[in-house]
Amino acid sequence: MGAPGAATRGQTAPAIELRGISKSFGPVQANRDISISVRPGTIHGIIGENGAGKSTLMSILFGFYRADAGEILIHGRRTAIPDSQAAITAGIGMVFQHFKLVEPFTVLENVILGAEEGALLRPSLRRARRELLRLEEEYELQVDPDAVVGDLSVGHQQRVEILKALYRNADILILDEPTGVLTPGEADQLFRILARLREEGKTVILITHKLREIMDITDTVSVMRRGEMTATLKTAETGPEELAEYMVGRKVLMRLEKNPARPGKPLLEIENLRVTDDSGVERVKGISLNVRAGEIVGIAGVAGNGQTELLRALGGYAEATGTICIGGKRVPLSGPGADGGARRRAGIAHVPEDRHREGLIMAFHAWENMGLGYHDRPEYRRGIFIDNAALRQKTEGRIRRFDVRPADPWLPAGSFSGGNQQKLVIAREIESDPDILLVGQPTRGVDIGAIEFIHRRIIALRDAGKAILLVSVELEEVLSLSDRVVVMFDGRIMGERQAAATDEKELGLLMAGVAQGDPA
Amino acid sequence: MRELPQWVDVIVVPVVSLLLAAVISALVILAIGEDPVLALQTMVSGALGSSYGWGYTLYYTTNFIFTGLAVSVAFQARLFNIGGEGQAMVGGLGLALACLYLPLPHWILALPVAMLAAFIFGAAWAALPAWLQARRGSHVVITTIMFNFIAAALLNYLLVNALRPPDSMDPATAQFPGGTHLPTLADLFAVFGIGFAKSAPVNVSLIVALAACFGVWLLMWRTRLGFALRAYGNSETAASYAGISPYRMIMVAMLISGGLSGCMAINNVMGEAERLVLNATEGAGFIGIAVALMGRSHPVGVILAALLFGFLFQGGAELALWTSIPRELIVVIQALVILFTGALDNMVRGGIGFVRDVAHTLREAPERQGKG
Amino acid sequence: MDASTIIEILNSSVRLATPLLLACLAGLYSERAGIFDIGLEGKMLTAAFFSAAVAVASGSAWLGLLAGVVSALALSGLHGVASITFRGNQLISGVALNFLAAGMTVLVAQSWFGQGGRTPSLQAGARFTPVDLPFARALADTPVVGPVYSGFVSGHTLLVYIAVLAVPLTWWVLYRTRLGLRLRAVGENPGAVDTAGVSVIRLRYMAVAICGVLCGIAGSHMATALQAGFVKDMTAGRGFIALAALIFAKWRPWQALGACLLFGFLEAVAVRYQNLSLGGITIPVQLMDALPYILTVIILAGFVGKAIPPAAGGIPYSKEA
Repeated sequence: MGAPGAATRGQTAPAIELRGISKSFGPVQANRDISISVRPGTIHGIIGENGAGKSTLMSILFGFYRADAGEILIHGRRTAIPDSQAAITAGIGMVFQHFKLVEPFTVLENVILGAEEGALLRPSLRRARRELLRLEEEYELQVDPDAVVGDLSVGHQQRVEILKALYRNADILILDEPTGVLTPGEADQLFRILARLREEGKTVILITHKLREIMDITDTVSVMRRGEMTATLKTAETGPEELAEYMVGRKVLMRLEKNPARPGKPLLEIENLRVTDDSGVERVKGISLNVRAGEIVGIAGVAGNGQTELLRALGGYAEATGTICIGGKRVPLSGPGADGGARRRAGIAHVPEDRHREGLIMAFHAWENMGLGYHDRPEYRRGIFIDNAALRQKTEGRIRRFDVRPADPWLPAGSFSGGNQQKLVIAREIESDPDILLVGQPTRGVDIGAIEFIHRRIIALRDAGKAILLVSVELEEVLSLSDRVVVMFDGRIMGERQAAATDEKELGLLMAGVAQGDPA
Repeated sequence: MRELPQWVDVIVVPVVSLLLAAVISALVILAIGEDPVLALQTMVSGALGSSYGWGYTLYYTTNFIFTGLAVSVAFQARLFNIGGEGQAMVGGLGLALACLYLPLPHWILALPVAMLAAFIFGAAWAALPAWLQARRGSHVVITTIMFNFIAAALLNYLLVNALRPPDSMDPATAQFPGGTHLPTLADLFAVFGIGFAKSAPVNVSLIVALAACFGVWLLMWRTRLGFALRAYGNSETAASYAGISPYRMIMVAMLISGGLSGCMAINNVMGEAERLVLNATEGAGFIGIAVALMGRSHPVGVILAALLFGFLFQGGAELALWTSIPRELIVVIQALVILFTGALDNMVRGGIGFVRDVAHTLREAPERQGKG
Repeated sequence: MDASTIIEILNSSVRLATPLLLACLAGLYSERAGIFDIGLEGKMLTAAFFSAAVAVASGSAWLGLLAGVVSALALSGLHGVASITFRGNQLISGVALNFLAAGMTVLVAQSWFGQGGRTPSLQAGARFTPVDLPFARALADTPVVGPVYSGFVSGHTLLVYIAVLAVPLTWWVLYRTRLGLRLRAVGENPGAVDTAGVSVIRLRYMAVAICGVLCGIAGSHMATALQAGFVKDMTAGRGFIALAALIFAKWRPWQALGACLLFGFLEAVAVRYQNLSLGGITIPVQLMDALPYILTVIILAGFVGKAIPPAAGGIPYSKEA
């Protein structure tokens, strides 16, 4: 290999350049022929939905995975990154979405971990303290070096992660979904820090699914979709609408034929609902929403804006405050009576977002999975016993009606394809004859043929006079299925539209957190 | 590496683990200068060569069925109950109290009453560790270990100070009244005119143990509670989606597990010793771990594994009698079985997968050559 | 109860606490690095046998100690292979190793010595004998200082002093060295160590190895200092008391010393007084036996300050998680 082309032209070489990176896990192609090039001293955004392949790409850059093909150039020099140590040596620093911090340690201890000088801690710590204070000064990254990390706010923990990278002389900093856990105020501070890093000549790669962040802070942006890089643009020359289009893509979806909704009385009434997750972050921040009989309300929004927690709270397995009324009756939101079983008895069925962890038990036979959530129902109950024969019979009918393949009730759920797994879940929930159906990501990881089938079933349920609340990150799915669309952003409702009277552009703006009337 | 089919996991992994354990044990026997073939012959003839041998083998099998079932039920709910030993001891205490102080004129009455007492005491001994796990998150493994030692001390105290008849030096209870004596298998067989060694301790408890296997099978695969337990054990997240309470599952699984361990007392205390002695459990609670791992936590597997360990236990005793190989050999085998089926299972699986892949390649190679 | 009785009880407390302390510190290294070890008992037992066996054969306590340490290290290696390399269940591996030790020691003892699973008694030279500290003789008759220094501080075997010194050493390693920082980190969040470019696997093997060495010393102490040779199952649950002490001490070295001394004291009292009567109430010896476990359960229940184990303990590490 001769000298890289960029350098010979007398320009500065890209800080980081990827050429034709591909990576697959078994049959799944996570990255396909990805090439990007990032100039030093810039902020480059990589945007894409969950599962678009961003995390895999990052893991390759940080030496967690090895690419099947392609090469990485750092400052024009071809660099192999077999492990994290190599990435650090190459000057790459990574701030993971889930921080890699030792909570009982102090900031200082976290910073020097793995980068100690010598076998004794004292001199390392002394030197690190000086260096840390200098870095804090230079990049306006104030944190107390002696604070215990577990006691710090999430925003400050993130600063520690950035300091860790800077302490290791990183000049390329990669941040993975850095604002996912931050308050808007903290996010603003983070962006000031990133701008500061750019001023100091550092290169920043920002991975996010939030359009607004890309528009606010980046110089250039690449869009990823289903493992491929669909576009690389100068941020100044694009806008959220265009990016949203690249992100969501145009799926070959048949236009769904459906009759206009004939909504009846509200079946699900939600008033000022608030949900806090296990780590103490408020995810749903006072949502009020009605779903009426015979209508589909779609919740649009970029993943991670509180939709998951909303569904879990409605499904009875996340504690919440506020009120939920089902068919006019208030249901308890915490303590006894607030569980999935009680919610089902009250008339809710729930297709969860994550069928692998929640919707199905992979080791159970298909027919056993038909009892998940319903094993106490009278139709399967024979005293203390469970009527396996009835379950199997039900399953056979459902497999027929929902065209599940292979049509074998004895197969473990894990042996079905994604689409057929989802059909099993949908069959179980729809045929439990609910008044209200919660549906999360009904077609995630589902093949095209099954998508249409699933959509028709959901519409049929609506036409039977049931209330349906749909959550999907696929904008087109929300638009084509729903009668009303509600957009969630940062745990709140950004706006509500009649599906027939809105389009992807308008919703895209709302999803990006741009309220009506704001300049984009 | 592709995933292994289910039948490999259920049958091949335990069998390969057993073979590995056997090979290593044979090497150990060779290393201490004995003849492994002779050792095996001694064990087989001692444990299976006579109705007397069978009588002991099946007696031990009965113990291990109870403790193996106990560990299995907890495993099904993804809990590791290592406290079977303590629970069996305390179960023995409950049984002894019932036999000594309740008017039980005939074994038909005494058996269910004593078994109920044993179950309740065993379950009670598992209750606190279960609660600590469910409500406080204290690891059930650590607490059940502690409770094993506390049980041993408690029993020691009670046998020495409270339950020992005043005229006895032995730390044991008085003999149980005659009405509580259980018929041996020889007694039962005699009804049908079949001869069986009279001095062998195997008794009607074996039938109860087999019934318990059926009961556990019924519970786990035919009841709503069992469905919930297995759902919880397979996926906590899916269980919570389905509205299954983790607290309830932990408590129920551990109480049943402790109760089953306790029920072992009908065999070793009521059926054999006919009084409660110190260290009546002889480590059966721990063998239950090996039995459950080997039997893949399924009642049928438990019966087979318990029979294997019953054979090893009796065969080991014979070995100690006729050769200079101490009976601790079976402790080594037990350790190896636990190691291979429970801790090195990924290695065993990997090995099986590797062999299969190699076989697959070898089978395809000539075809490809033919085509090429 | 006179002063000499008190000194005597304290003396035996220290002697009995020594194997507990060494095993407890052994467990501390392993568990602080995220590898649960309920196989302390088995490692001690193995070391006890091999130290005694080699001491008998060679007549050297030091060679015995070496053999004890090597044998415990071998078991540690097996635990490491199962729980680190093959990402197996650490608890089940620990259980298996305990049984392996219980069986193998007797098997090998029978094969080598043919005395029913024990070694012959060790002669004086093959044992660790009490060490007189400087001036112990001279100060013996001094009031107060004399009995305490000569009768209590002096006159233990070398391994006792090693165990006591291991406490500040452990503290120093854990909190003042790079290795300690990394060990503690890998038990709390191995991902942090991995992304910092340090090998999780190597660190955990190192912790498990240190655990083996300390268990080896503990077992050797039992067979070549506390007693004169190996008898079947001679550790008699001390590995589990050490585990209890570790929890009781909430995985901290100085507190481990305190917990082990307390448990050693309980054992010493139980050995001396079969039934201790305190002001009319007779405390049965069995209660003394069970007290370490009962106290630990109370600590675990969180009624007296909760014992929180290292966050990543017991969980095999994988990058994807």
